[in-house]
This record gives sequence, C-alpha cells and structure tokens, in this order.
Amino acid sequence: MDYGTKPLGREKLSLWLMLTPTLIGLAFGVLGSIVATIALSFTHWDLLTPPKWAGLANFIALFNDPKLIKAFTNTFLFSLLYVPSVVVISLLVAVLLNRKIRGVSIFRTIYFLPAVTSAVATALVWNMIYGKDTGILNYIIESFGGKGVCWLCTNNVLLALIIVNVWGAIGEGMIIFLAGLTAVPREYYEAATLDGAGGSQQFFRITLPLVTPSIFFQTLMSTINAFQAYDYIYMLTRRGQGDSSFPVVVYSIYRNAWTFFNYGGASAQAIELAIFIILLMIFYLWLERRYVVYE
Amino acid sequence: MTRQTQKLILDIVTYALLILGSVIMLGPFLWMVSTSFKLPADQFTRTLIPPTWTLQNFRDLFAVDINFPLLFFNSAYISILIAIGQLITCAMAAFCFAVVKFRGRNLLFTLLLVTLMIPSQVTLIPNFIIFKWLGLIGTSVPLWLPAFWGGAFGTFLLRQYFLTIPRDLVDAARMDGASLFRIFWDVYMPLSKPALAALAIFTFQGAWNDLLHPLVYMPAVPHTTLTVGLAFFQQQLTLGGKFTVLMAGALISILPLVVVFFLAQKQFIEGIALSGVKR
Repeated sequence: MDYGTKPLGREKLSLWLMLTPTLIGLAFGVLGSIVATIALSFTHWDLLTPPKWAGLANFIALFNDPKLIKAFTNTFLFSLLYVPSVVVISLLVAVLLNRKIRGVSIFRTIYFLPAVTSAVATALVWNMIYGKDTGILNYIIESFGGKGVCWLCTNNVLLALIIVNVWGAIGEGMIIFLAGLTAVPREYYEAATLDGAGGSQQFFRITLPLVTPSIFFQTLMSTINAFQAYDYIYMLTRRGQGDSSFPVVVYSIYRNAWTFFNYGGASAQAIELAIFIILLMIFYLWLERRYVVYE
Repeated sequence: MTRQTQKLILDIVTYALLILGSVIMLGPFLWMVSTSFKLPADQFTRTLIPPTWTLQNFRDLFAVDINFPLLFFNSAYISILIAIGQLITCAMAAFCFAVVKFRGRNLLFTLLLVTLMIPSQVTLIPNFIIFKWLGLIGTSVPLWLPAFWGGAFGTFLLRQYFLTIPRDLVDAARMDGASLFRIFWDVYMPLSKPALAALAIFTFQGAWNDLLHPLVYMPAVPHTTLTVGLAFFQQQLTLGGKFTVLMAGALISILPLVVVFFLAQKQFIEGIALSGVKR
C-alpha cells in the first residue's frame, strides 16, 4: 500500500526511535525466543547442570509418552467441543439482542460480565457449584428428580470444563457478532419482507451469509484460545503433586518445565502446540477463501 | 396468525431465552456474593440469602498469613505498569505503520501480525531462563518489563483506529511545518482517546486476570499477584474448610474490573468490536 507522509530530513531518526521498542520486542522477545525454544527442544536441560544434546528424543515423546499423548488428545477434544459451542451460542445471543427489544444494554452487560472477571476468581465459585455432595448444581439436578454426579471426576470433567469455558467466552463472541449484525444493511431485510421471505428464510439467506466474516473471525479466535486454555483447567482439575484430572498441552508444558525442570521437553511441546495452531490457521484461511462472503 | 401476534410470540420467546441465559451468566456471581457474606458454618447451605450475615470473611483476608492487601497492591501496580508500557510503545509503532511512509513498513507490519499467531508459551521458556539468569525471578520485573517492548495486538488495534483518522489532517499539519512527533502527539493522540482507552482497559484486564505468567515469574505467596494467591489459598483454605473467606477474596479481586466495566462499558465493547474489524 502506498499511503502516508514521508519523514523529512532528520525525522528518519525519530521514526526509528518510535519503532525501537517494537523492534527490540520483535527481535529478542519474539523471534529470538522462538529460535531459542527450538534450540532448547533438542536438549535435555534442568538449568542446574549443563544442557545435554537430546536429538529428536523430546519430539519422539509425542508418539510414545502416554501422558503427552493424553495431553494432546485432551486439547483436541476440548477444542472440538468448545469452538462450535462458543460460536453457536454467542451468535444466538447476538441475534436475540439484535431484535430491537427493550433492555438490550442490560442483557449485554450481564452476558459480558464473565468475560471481564478473572477465570481464577470465577473458577473458585464454579468449584463450589460443581461440588459432588455440597454443590448447588447437583442440588438443582436432584430437586428435578435427577441423579447428582461427580462433575470434576474423569467421566464428566470434560463437560464441566466446556460449560465453564463457554460461559466465560460468550460475552466476547456476542460483541463480535453484534458488530457484524449491525453492519448488515436494513434495506436487505425490507426488500426480503416485500418479496414475502419469512423470518427463518431471512436468517439463512441474508443474515448468515453476511455475518460469515464475523463467524470466521470468532472461530479463529476461539480456536487459538481453546488450544491455550489453561486458567479454568488449572483451577478446576488440579490434583496432588501438580497432577490434573484433565491435563491439556499448556498444563503439560507448565508441569514439565516448572515442576519437573524438564525445560527441553517443555520447549518441544510448546513448538508442537505452535505447529498445530499454525496448521489450523492455514486450514482456516483456506476455508475463508472458499466460504466467507465479503461485501 | 397475524403479523402482530407472530411478533408477540417471537418477543416472548426472545425474552424467555435471554432471561434464562442471564440466570446462568449471573448465577455464579450471585453465589459468590452470597457465600462471601455467610458464616463459615453456613457455607454449604443452599439458600441464596445468607441465614446469618457476617463481614468476618472480609476481615479474615487481612490476617497476616494471607496478606491479601499486598496481593492486591502487587496486582494493581503490575497491571498499571503493563497498561502504560503497552499504551506508549504500541501507540508509537501504530502511528508509524498507519501514517508514515518508510521502506520495509509492510514487511515489518506483516511480521508483527504473524507473531499474533505464536502462542505465548513458545516464548515463555527462553524468557524465563534469561530472567532467571538476571536474578529477577520472584520480582515483578519479568511481568511488566516486556510490556515496554510493544505488542502485536495493541499495535494492530491502534493502527486500525489511526487509519480512520482523515489524512487531510496530516497534510494540513505538514503545511504548518509540524514534525512527525508533533503530528503524533498533537493530532493523533487527542483524536484517538476512545481507542487508547480501549487498549488501556484491555491490557489492564489481561494483566490483572493473568495466571500463567505470575505463576512462572512470582510463584511464592505472598510476594505475588491476586490470581496466584487465590489459586494457592484454594488449596490452603479449603483444607481448613473456609469457602466463605475464599469467596470474599474472589469478590474483592473481581471488583476493580467490574467497576471499570460499568464505568467504561462503551470502551470495552468498542475495543472488542474494533479488534474484530476485517483487516
């Protein structure tokens, strides 16, 4: 793109001065760190003794370490359920709020509240809510004649985590979709009404295609978040010795590095996580080209 | 069925769904507030209204072994420093990318955008090793110092906003002989208050709620942040069976952001909408 004003004379200096922090961050904070992490991933290092060359051992672990396989399967499973849930539910809330009704701003505030507050603080109360014998959720289920379950035990923990994480993410998705929905020109609906198109027809033929950019953006962001989900999982699934009833990749990275001092292994896992995210992004961008409608 | 009744039914369904959703969204907060005012003996009573009201849980937070005020103070100054660092460095970079023509601009900006995709866990380990080598683990420096290195998200967000400011203003300022830095400071900064406020709120919120980084850099209670402190107390206090104190702590910890959110709702919401704008 060719826009902007040219720096005059000595202004080149002030231009690069203004860019200096960003350049330092980019060079050392990000790019340098990536190179360092890649280098570390080929070593065994506990930071106390000198690093030892490990070859591909840390990467082979992805195929033969049951704990690591579990962490990756859990991450994929979690993402697979989390991403569509966030997208569908927040789109539904946004569509409801986009119908010109009273109290929109109150509802918007309420739905956004979990997105403002820290996952650590709200996880503490969810931990109470999920309590097997003392929790309010089982109490509600039982008062409707159901049978309470151990929410944070292996069998149900995935569902419990999806509920909490989706609960915390609806607010942001809703705002993205509301922005997308208000950008759809009113005339389209007026014309469709004149042509006799019903509500559901208008939704599927006008609204949905025109908010595909928002759906795309929200799916992308939710996927990145899902792969890095940590706070709720740490708070709700921690067991003794830093173990977890639902270990995910970030959990595994943290535990390997800062509990077991296996910095090489943790680096390899971080690299693998990044590779999976980048591959998914490439896949999404391919999807975008095929299915997303830009006006 | 007439159009009128159809609309009425649709309205009723809309409200029913929204209210049901609101109960689910608000429920945990109500439970948090309620429990924090209950007596420890009543912590598992299943009523929303505490049988007996007490402020003891909040007083317990000041006990020496918990040192809640110190955690609160740490979270506050670290988050403020991070917000300041991001505002200054991202605004300067965003201005260069949006307003100034220079060689390598597009390459540099693309590079910055690509780093948005890199999960922070990738850079965490080498950064930790460097800060450990510098003897800074256990201090707050590793948490706030990187905020003064700029950031892809903030730069992108502000650049988007800067691009909406009419270019004629730059030309007019140039006619008057204004330097680049003057244009940045006297034209772009005053006109970008909404976007700057949004970024300030975002970064403050992110820092205040962050768990992973303080867990790595300041892991030991009480010289740590609220999030790490609360995570620690979850295991300590619940062993002693005091959910009520834990809820009081959780409530206090979310209060600042809830207040900011109510005061600056527009900035919050516009900021998110802005970050979702098509590139």
